Amino acid sequence: MAASSAVLSMSKIIKPFWGGRLGNTVKVLGPTLTSSRGKSSAAPPPAKYGGRHTVTLIPGDGIGPELLNHVREVFRFSCVPVDFEVVYVNSALSTEDDINNAITAIRRNGVGLKGNIETNHIMPPSVKSRNNLLRTSLDLYANVMHCQSLPGVQTRHKDIDILIIRENTEGEYSSLEHESVSGVVESLKIITRNNSLRIADYAFRLAREKGRRRVTAVHKANIMKLGDGLFLQCCKEVASGYPDVKFDSMIVDNTTMQLVSNPEQFDVMVMPNLYGNVVSNVCAGLVGGPGLVPGANYGRDYAVFETATRNTGKSIADRNVANPTAMLLASCMMLDHLKLYDYASLIRNAILTCMNETRLHTADIGGQGTTSEVVQSIMRIIQSKGQLTTEL
Amino acid sequence: MAAALRGSLVTLVKGLGGPRWQQMPLRPLSLSAGLCGPEKSPARADATFKVTMVAGDGVGPELMLAVKDVFKAGDVPVEFEEFHLSEVQNMASEEKLEEVLTSMKNNKVAMKGKIHTPMEYKGELASYEMRLRRKLDLFANVVHVNSLPGYNTRHNNLDLVIIREQTEGEYSSLEHESVTGVIECLKIITRVKSRRIAKFAFDYATKKGRSKVTAVHKANIMKLGDGLFLQSCAEIAELYPRIKYENIIIDNCCMQLVQNPYQFDVLVMPNLYGNIIDNLAAGLVGGAGVVPGESYSAEYAVFETGARHPFAQAVGRNIANPTAMLLSAANMLKHLNLEYHSQMVSDAVRKVIKQGKVRTRDLGGYCTTGDFVHAVVDNLRFRPVRTGDLGGYASSDEFTQAVIANLAV
Repeated sequence: MAASSAVLSMSKIIKPFWGGRLGNTVKVLGPTLTSSRGKSSAAPPPAKYGGRHTVTLIPGDGIGPELLNHVREVFRFSCVPVDFEVVYVNSALSTEDDINNAITAIRRNGVGLKGNIETNHIMPPSVKSRNNLLRTSLDLYANVMHCQSLPGVQTRHKDIDILIIRENTEGEYSSLEHESVSGVVESLKIITRNNSLRIADYAFRLAREKGRRRVTAVHKANIMKLGDGLFLQCCKEVASGYPDVKFDSMIVDNTTMQLVSNPEQFDVMVMPNLYGNVVSNVCAGLVGGPGLVPGANYGRDYAVFETATRNTGKSIADRNVANPTAMLLASCMMLDHLKLYDYASLIRNAILTCMNETRLHTADIGGQGTTSEVVQSIMRIIQSKGQLTTEL
Repeated sequence: MAAALRGSLVTLVKGLGGPRWQQMPLRPLSLSAGLCGPEKSPARADATFKVTMVAGDGVGPELMLAVKDVFKAGDVPVEFEEFHLSEVQNMASEEKLEEVLTSMKNNKVAMKGKIHTPMEYKGELASYEMRLRRKLDLFANVVHVNSLPGYNTRHNNLDLVIIREQTEGEYSSLEHESVTGVIECLKIITRVKSRRIAKFAFDYATKKGRSKVTAVHKANIMKLGDGLFLQSCAEIAELYPRIKYENIIIDNCCMQLVQNPYQFDVLVMPNLYGNIIDNLAAGLVGGAGVVPGESYSAEYAVFETGARHPFAQAVGRNIANPTAMLLSAANMLKHLNLEYHSQMVSDAVRKVIKQGKVRTRDLGGYCTTGDFVHAVVDNLRFRPVRTGDLGGYASSDEFTQAVIANLAV
């Protein structure tokens, strides 16, 4: 049984090689047209023409639309060579047409920037979370957030600098739940070797690239000996290939306690889906709340950027009090991804400079500023850098 | 036994898997800028955009002069780096081409006139025009054929976009004499480039809010070559469920274009068909002098006229119509995020055409290029009136007039 599963996974890995071979050999005559069918699933070339990129923009619900409008305003103002294709997703409908349309839009542009789409709990259980659907269908396996203490924001802990890498497609978010016997519900948590190796490898590579020293795997393998055990084992296997990065593991309950008492000890953290959800919210809280931390979801072909904690923020929507920092920083991560490093650092530096001005803090970090005041002052800082900007 | 087998397989899996995971996410892995290899900063100290300018042959330099005049009058923050590349005037060389390419690599954006390609064979099959295009990989040519209000042609209110693949197909520069008296020209169609141009067309349609894309082909004769092009278009079309996709055979397309051009929205086609259709469609709305065009690669954008002709017989006679190049310049400003200036220039040009007082010969008037440019400059909205000491070229009378005109507001 074990052997057969190993063989299965091996054949999966070998397949791409064979696929490539076959695709190349059948090339001469009419059959070219048929052999190409398999290739149509490959990602099309990115939507970049004349140095300008097109990015799918999903406004989402709550504070999403207003924050993304500010992003567009800042981009326009800074002459960023990015055009947005706006795709609306109506969360009130139970059909999946809207979200499928959004997913197709990301498939053709390669990159997306989104606000959170509300998941209504009253809807029938057949309606899946739109956000989750988007991540799984685009196979955005790595959720990355960088929690860093920001200058000018008063928090209990200083010098926090943690990279959190979360498996984004399986685990508890498999949407597989059923009532086997009346009164007994089983939710399936799925851990696969392939996805665990993939996320662990991503974490280590990112750690190496960023010059980080240590990767901590967060798990609950003392209870879920097989599921989390597999995850942990995969992390260990990958770690053996990165001798320059230290590896250790920590149980999730202890991790949260350590995070709130002594967060400086952490460097890079890698974990399955649900733990990632909890830990990333704890970390965001440590550095000042959901309004400050950007998040990114990377897959092999696509990338989607959003706020790290994925809040809808319905209660403060349309009141001009939401903190635009997280979404603006997410847009900077997007610019980095598009290799527009100079524009990214221009906007990022302006945001960070603006954070020093306590007068301009929004209510969530104890200030009295409004969203538009913050954005205005960010644009003023961008302009003062002597960059080429359009009229304010 | 099973365990041993599994162990050995696991190592095998790892050995095979390693490189695969190494390869996979080449792109992401970027959180902060510092570590990602700093590129050249976009900082422009004096807040102007630099744009490469290749004037080309024939009336090219005259048209460029018109653009420069209008930009100067409108205080457009664009600075041109000019290059002269010409095969017919013996001004083309490898070094010149390199210079242009270096400049393009810095500026990313260019304005270009037509570099004339002599018909006779001099040992080099690819012209400088083609080589420039290939070096920059300018694969997509866009011609937006739009009727100009005020100038009546057989069809009015036309609005269609022609997108042409321009790096392969019949323009491969691969010709040889296999047997004496038998020449083979190779027409190359590749899947990658066909998909790329198809995706460009659909992305363009999405961006401009257009509803239909029509692929033009001759797959009934060239079943494999054009067939591949057609199939690539159909594949890409699946990604755009909200845009209608159709196809039409080139000969029928020509007939339909002159009979009922309103049925088309965005047309996408291989190289030579594009060349023909570009010119045909330009003829529908007033000829080569009024239709702007642009070429794109992933990195670069080149703005030029829609139908590319040097118009050598008009050199120095001050009769060329600068409308196409001015509208193209307006498109370039839009590409550079200078929406305001773009609107200003294109509004002024359209206004002059609409008024119908100042028209060059090709539109049935008697005015010179210079007259037209003056008329455009006069119509620039909120044109800054500056005297020579402030860098403008208005006379003191003009300045006084402008002050008086503004008193009324």
